[in-house]
Amino acid sequence: MKRRDFISKSLKAGIIAGSALSIGNYEKLFAYNSLLTQNDYHLAAVRGGEPDIMFDEAIKALGGMKNFVKKGQTVVVKPNIGWDVPPERAANTNPLLVNRIIKHCFEAGAKDVYVFDNTCDNWKLAYSNSGIEKAAKDAKAKVVSGATESYYHNVKIAQGKKLKEAKVHELILNCDVFINVPVLKHHSSADLTIAMKNLMGIVWDRGYWHRNDLHQCIADFTSFRKPDLNIVDAYNVMKRNGPRGVSKADVVKMKSVIVSPDIVAVDAAAAKLFSKEPEKVAHIKIANDMKLGKMDLEKLNIYRKVI
Amino acid sequence: MKSFTLRKIRIVVSILFLILFAAVFLDIHHSLPSDVINYFVYLQFVPSIFKFFNTYTLLAMGFIIVLLFVLLFGRVYCSSVCPIGTIQDISSNISKRISKRKYYSFSGEFKWLRYTVLLITVLLIFAGNLIMINLLDPYSNAGRIFAQLINPMLIAGNNFISSVLVSFDIYTVYPVDPKSYSYFLALFPAVFLVVILYLSVKRGRLYCNTICPVGTLLGLFAKLSLYKLKIEKTECEGCGVCETVCKAECINFNTKEIDESRCVSCYNCIDVCPSEVISYTNSWKDENALIEIKDSSKREFLSKTFLYVLGLTGISLSQIKVIPEKESTVPVHRKLHVSPPGSTSLDHYNSTCTACHLCITACPTKVLQPSFLEFGVLGILQPYMDFKTSFCNYDCVVCLDVCPTEAIKTLTPEKKKTVQTGKAIFVKENCIVETEKKACGACSEHCPTKAVDMVYYKDELKIPEVTEKYCVGCGACEFACPTFPYKAIYIEGNFIHKKAEKRKLEQIEFQFDPEEDFPF
Repeated sequence: MKRRDFISKSLKAGIIAGSALSIGNYEKLFAYNSLLTQNDYHLAAVRGGEPDIMFDEAIKALGGMKNFVKKGQTVVVKPNIGWDVPPERAANTNPLLVNRIIKHCFEAGAKDVYVFDNTCDNWKLAYSNSGIEKAAKDAKAKVVSGATESYYHNVKIAQGKKLKEAKVHELILNCDVFINVPVLKHHSSADLTIAMKNLMGIVWDRGYWHRNDLHQCIADFTSFRKPDLNIVDAYNVMKRNGPRGVSKADVVKMKSVIVSPDIVAVDAAAAKLFSKEPEKVAHIKIANDMKLGKMDLEKLNIYRKVI
Repeated sequence: MKSFTLRKIRIVVSILFLILFAAVFLDIHHSLPSDVINYFVYLQFVPSIFKFFNTYTLLAMGFIIVLLFVLLFGRVYCSSVCPIGTIQDISSNISKRISKRKYYSFSGEFKWLRYTVLLITVLLIFAGNLIMINLLDPYSNAGRIFAQLINPMLIAGNNFISSVLVSFDIYTVYPVDPKSYSYFLALFPAVFLVVILYLSVKRGRLYCNTICPVGTLLGLFAKLSLYKLKIEKTECEGCGVCETVCKAECINFNTKEIDESRCVSCYNCIDVCPSEVISYTNSWKDENALIEIKDSSKREFLSKTFLYVLGLTGISLSQIKVIPEKESTVPVHRKLHVSPPGSTSLDHYNSTCTACHLCITACPTKVLQPSFLEFGVLGILQPYMDFKTSFCNYDCVVCLDVCPTEAIKTLTPEKKKTVQTGKAIFVKENCIVETEKKACGACSEHCPTKAVDMVYYKDELKIPEVTEKYCVGCGACEFACPTFPYKAIYIEGNFIHKKAEKRKLEQIEFQFDPEEDFPF
């Protein structure tokens, strides 16, 4: 209890201090004349804990899951389940994190939570060996195949420069809330794979992207349907030989989670965590220029916490 | 009539074996563990022989058990274990119920045809050529019927149910992606199926007693069997009903003789005989039978056949031909298709695989597809790694586990990861990075060993580079490569599989520092 008190007190203190500094927030503060609605943070970053605890902390800073999921809504939680490798290889999203996110969704009143990915390795093997299938089912989510073309439907991408259309999984087209849960990794094609790159797992023909300026296509597709929330798993981080990795030697324990509704901001922050400047990652730069989000973290109100 | 007649037991046993067989070949959701599948087809005669002579372990002695049974009771295998036998029994039974007029009658033996087919089959096996086995073996043919005809229908049914459920937002039954399907190659099992269905309706077990090399071989052993069906000539009332139910057409009612080499031990005759004069008798006590066994030429033939099988298999195994690989300077056109990991060399594979397609139905990624001429005429229908369809999963050993002939030898997952079935060849002229000057790297992304890595090319742009010694030939790069019609990277098969080196990687140094600030 003491620890929880401490956390909540320090959280409130932090929130008040943080919002006091940002002038824009004063209006809201006086308008509602109550304790802060905590969504004033654009981005929450937590370090040093276990994935589930860190997420609890981060989502609280953003006002709790109820800010994103309303009662009776259908949610899609889209982790990276690309590869048939065990969790410690960090090629897929941390299963514990996925499990906790789903629980938060149900606590917020979600009707259904679906989990899927269009995997690179065989989907059944990837689902089971990543530990995500079990973690999701334990949290009562419905685990759905992403390996069937008939689930994907053609959509137009109005803002797309190179990518004008794509086939998108029907769960994404039908859901009320889309929560994107990438894992931060080195990536041999896209430099880094974080939130925007993770969206390649909701489309069918990825070969087209590779043929037609990969970075531009990644940014183009982001304009189609921006996730309502992006949760970057940086607990175990693959520093080289990504996205599949060769062995555990490629992985370091960074123990971080970054959460934001702004997909470009969350990618920029994760890139920095990886010791890479966001503007050096072409698709982050392009997405920023397309005004899909803010790459410049200086302009954002960030909640930072070390556990 | 007795409730537990031999015939009824035979029917139950044969259906059980057919269910076992169907279970492994129709497991479209891959729910059976691969190391168990082997036991489902343990008693299948032809694969068991190949497995035995490839492993020399008693674990692969299913065919010896079959032979012992045959030496005791005659060709019981043909009426219980053999899936083609059971399929024919079902079809002739159904046709009899529909037309009600079908009766069998004794017919002479096509001796020359039978033994010539067997002889050619055996001789070709010694020459390392399985074409006769691949086309005639009942187990392998049944495998292909299930894998190429019934399995796809099951998938279609599953996918229909799945699509209906999805319209109600139920995603529990997921569709199965058949990946690729060749109607042309499905013609082989289709033709075979039509032929045996027709023959079984018209002439009962004519295929088994004329063409089937397994039937002929077991027929030779059945001549020596301890217990044989006999008509008690003195007590027979001469009604002749036994001849009309004998689907092997081997009961000669006029002479009251049963041709034991063609009798498939179905026991229909025992059940219908009104005076109950047909029964198993110990033939070694029987004077007539002894005389027959003493027929020296037959005995010689038998013993020689057996010796040849034992002796020459060893020789053919030791004579693995070495064909030197040509220099890989010609792009795009593959010289050699890739055989599955564990098949050790194309020679071993071609001379051991009976093309039953069990691995094709079990392969979770569906990279294994039936070949047509990919391995030449002699390797017809043998599965090959089709990287247009999919790629081989790095950690998977399913085909190595399930192969009933050991054409694909069992290896531990760790060992399998070091087998180089082929190597990646990069065709720079086709690569997006070269032609478009844009980032791609799909090949390197998928590579499980990073034998295909991305190296700096122009400014920030990176291009694939292949380190051959790390390549396992899984084909992930070729499958993922987005260029067309020609791939910018493809796998050239190794005639003899090699050993791939494992990359030695130092652990990246990193210590979590709670004092450290966020970098943003």
